[in-house]
Formats: sequence, C-alpha cells, structure tokens
Amino acid sequence: MFSTRNFNRSKPVLFILILFPSLLWAYQFVTGNLGVNPIEKLMDELGLMALRLIIITLMITTLSNIKPLKSIVVLRRMIGLFAFYYVCLHFSTYIVLDHFLDMQFIIQDIMKRPFITFGFISFLFLIPLASTSTNNMIKRLGFKLWKKIHYLIYPVAILASMHFYVLVRADKTEPVIYMGIIILLLLHRIFKRLTRPQLAQ
Amino acid sequence: MKILGSEITPYKTYLNRRKFIKGSLASAMLATVTSSVFANHDSDLSIYTKNLNENDKLNSYEEITTYNNFYEFGTHKKHPHLNSGNFKPRPWTIKIDGLVKKPQTFDLEKILSNVTIEDRVYRLRCVEAWSMVIPWQGFQLSELIKMAEPLSSAKYVQFVTVFRPEEMPGQQKRTIIWPYREGLRMDEAMNPLTILATGLYGHEMPNQNGAPIRLVVPWKYGFKSIKSIVEIRFLDTQPETSWETLAPWEYGFYANVNPNVNHPRWSQGTERRIGEFKRRETLMFNGYEKEVAHLYKDLDLTKFY
Repeated sequence: MFSTRNFNRSKPVLFILILFPSLLWAYQFVTGNLGVNPIEKLMDELGLMALRLIIITLMITTLSNIKPLKSIVVLRRMIGLFAFYYVCLHFSTYIVLDHFLDMQFIIQDIMKRPFITFGFISFLFLIPLASTSTNNMIKRLGFKLWKKIHYLIYPVAILASMHFYVLVRADKTEPVIYMGIIILLLLHRIFKRLTRPQLAQ
Repeated sequence: MKILGSEITPYKTYLNRRKFIKGSLASAMLATVTSSVFANHDSDLSIYTKNLNENDKLNSYEEITTYNNFYEFGTHKKHPHLNSGNFKPRPWTIKIDGLVKKPQTFDLEKILSNVTIEDRVYRLRCVEAWSMVIPWQGFQLSELIKMAEPLSSAKYVQFVTVFRPEEMPGQQKRTIIWPYREGLRMDEAMNPLTILATGLYGHEMPNQNGAPIRLVVPWKYGFKSIKSIVEIRFLDTQPETSWETLAPWEYGFYANVNPNVNHPRWSQGTERRIGEFKRRETLMFNGYEKEVAHLYKDLDLTKFY
C-alpha cells in the first residue's frame, strides 16, 4: 500500500492540494475578500503555510525511518519546493505589497528587527536547498556534499519558528507547538545518530 | 479647531437620535436580510465627515467592528467580533477610588445624565502599525474626573477593565494578566482630547469595541485606550499598565504615537490605514501635536516611550 509507486501516484493530487491555497488567497485578495487588512492577512497565511510545509518535510524524514513508510521520502522534495514557493510569496508580499519596494526601509527593517532578521536568514538558507533539488545536482555535487548542504533545513526550521514566535504578541501557544515539534524531530535525529551501529573500521 | 469642532449634542437629543437609528436599523433588517444593515448611517455621514481632516476618510462601521484588538475576547482580530455576543454591558457601574474625597460607585446611567455627549472623529493608531478613522460618541474624561473629586495629591489615573471570564472567553486563558489595566498622567487625563466613549457611528458602543464605556486617547497607541472600564483609581505614583508589565522593553507607560521612536517589532515610521493600499507616514502624536506636544516638553521621549 505504501509503495514508492503509490506515493509517486499521489503526487499530482498532492501538488494541486498544496498549490490550491495560494491560488485561493490570490483570488480572494484580488476580489477584496481577504478581510479588513488583506495585505497582513495574505502575509500571515503564506508565512504560516510555509512554516507548516517545512515542518512536514522534517516529519517525512522521520516517518521514512519506519519500515513500511520508507517510500514516503519520495514526497519530500516536492513539499520542500512548495515550502520555498510559499516563502517566496510571503517574502515578496512583504517587499512589494507591504512596503512598495522601498528598499532602503526594507534593508533597515531586516537589520533592526530581530524577527525579520530570523525570517530573512531562513529565506536565504532555503535558496541553496531549492536550487540543488534536482537529481542532476545530487549527481554533480555527490551525495555527501549534497546532504551536507541540506542540513541547512535545520537552521531554516528553527529560525522560521522563531520568526513566528517573536511576532506573536501575547498568546504564544501556536508557535510554541511548532517549536516543540521541530525540537522533537531534531532530538530524534540526534538520538538516531548516537545509537547508529559503528561502521567497521 | 478641526478635531474639536464637533457637533455638541445634549444627551437627550442624542438618545432620541439613537432611538431613531435603532428604529431604522430594525426596518432595514426587515427590508433586506443582507448587508444593508449599516445603511442607516451611510445616509447621514455628514454629521461625522464635517469634522474630518482633509487627508482622512471615515472607516466603515464594518471595518471598525470586525477588526479589533480586545484580547478579553481572543487574540485574533476577528475574535472580538465573533466571541463577544454573550457579553452584557448593562447594568454597569464604575467604581471610583484611591485619592478622592469620597470613594464611591457610580451607576453608568447617572454618569451619562451629568455629561454632554459629543461626536468626536479621531484617528486611531495601533502599535501594530495600522490605523483607522472612527466617529466616536462620548464625553470628556475631565467631566468624570470633576465628578470624582480627586485630592490634589492625585497625580495619575488608573483604569481597570471588567473581569468576567464566563462572558469574555479570552480571559479564561492567561495570555495577559487580567484584568487589563491602563493609566494616564493627570494632565493627560484632563486634556480636552481625552474622552470616554459610549458609542460609535451613533450606535451604542458595540461589545467588541469596549461596551459600554471605554477610553479614547487619540495621540497614544491604541492599547492605551482601555475598554469596558469598571474602575478608575486616583494615585500619586505611576500605575502599572498591562502591556508594560508584560513586555517593558516594547511598551512604555506613555505610548505616545511617535514615528521617531523605534519599536522592536514594528517600524513606527509608517502605518497602513485600513482600507488603503499604500502605507502612509505616521504623524507625531498621531497628528495631534498642536494639542498635546506641550504636555511632554520636558520629557525625553526616546526614554519615556
């Protein structure tokens, strides 16, 4: 049931499902149905979606350790790229709609406000991940180097959740839940590493 | 003066107008089930618009009542609108205590029969860098302070919001320390711009906007304008305020709108007026510099933010 083939078959459906929210929000934005402060709403929704997708990619890796779910890992790349897609939309909403390309202001904002700094670094770290996502790139870089580059997903996840945590003014429940999940997933990886049978010398 | 030149309505006339509005509201609802609920004041906007600055436009009743920060009803902007249905703003009393001649509890109706209800169209600037233009009805806080008869030793006024977790679901969670508290220096409280508002757009104050009575201090960030007030205390020392207690590095006691004093979370240089696409420059003291700048001439505003 959880064969590579079936996971691959589910990809088109998954693709549409994950793409759909962005199309819906764009439509609602254009038709004026995103509430009283549509730019803020759009930015919040896009950012939250991106953070959730990043967490899902981490979960997929963990789930793929469970034998019957091994093949789920074939979905990881697509979801990772979608995370990047939503981060890009989130960031361009901030640049274009929120601040109208006022680059001087934006640069100051990024440097002065810790939560924006976190978000921005997280975005920068995602760029090498997204741009080395093809099979061809894995081959060219070699799996070892490629894997090293992709460890960047850990600081990306932590920074992105901190970006959200600092933004929330009072009720931090939701960002704390996300941070908790990320920490658990990271702890699982560390645990796995430490208990890994040593290779023969 | 543009902001103060408001139409002064005796309370009785005001009540009659309100009745009329209620009547037309009911018939409007009977006539059409949909969005024309707010049509009644649309036809009579001139009452409010004549007090507007040329660069300002009134925000709609819908905008003002569906996008609120009122954590007593939840932390999302739409929560106050969605979760405030069970709140009962009547009967209502306000307890006056601290440094006053005689501590006492006033019935809201008694207060209202002793004051002049006026229309005041004010800009409201939230610390989150958005703003609105709102036609309030209310009376000057100074009128109530006169009724309260504070002692000359009273230098500050503290305000306390009602605590009713059964009617205010946000209070069932300790997001901030309940009840919400705010405060003003005595001269700020006595300033003619400072009002206690009991209505907006000619409607009784909606629950989500701080029914039945709330403070409006238009030159300060919105969180200073405490809602649903049940207690007013006169003190000789600066009172603790809710947001300052929660995050003193972000929120000060004064919280004057100031584009030059940075906030760690939001740039205060610009703001988004609700309903507008592009940001606009934030004005010193939210544009009320002429009326209030003198209150702070000896104060380092970067320190006392």
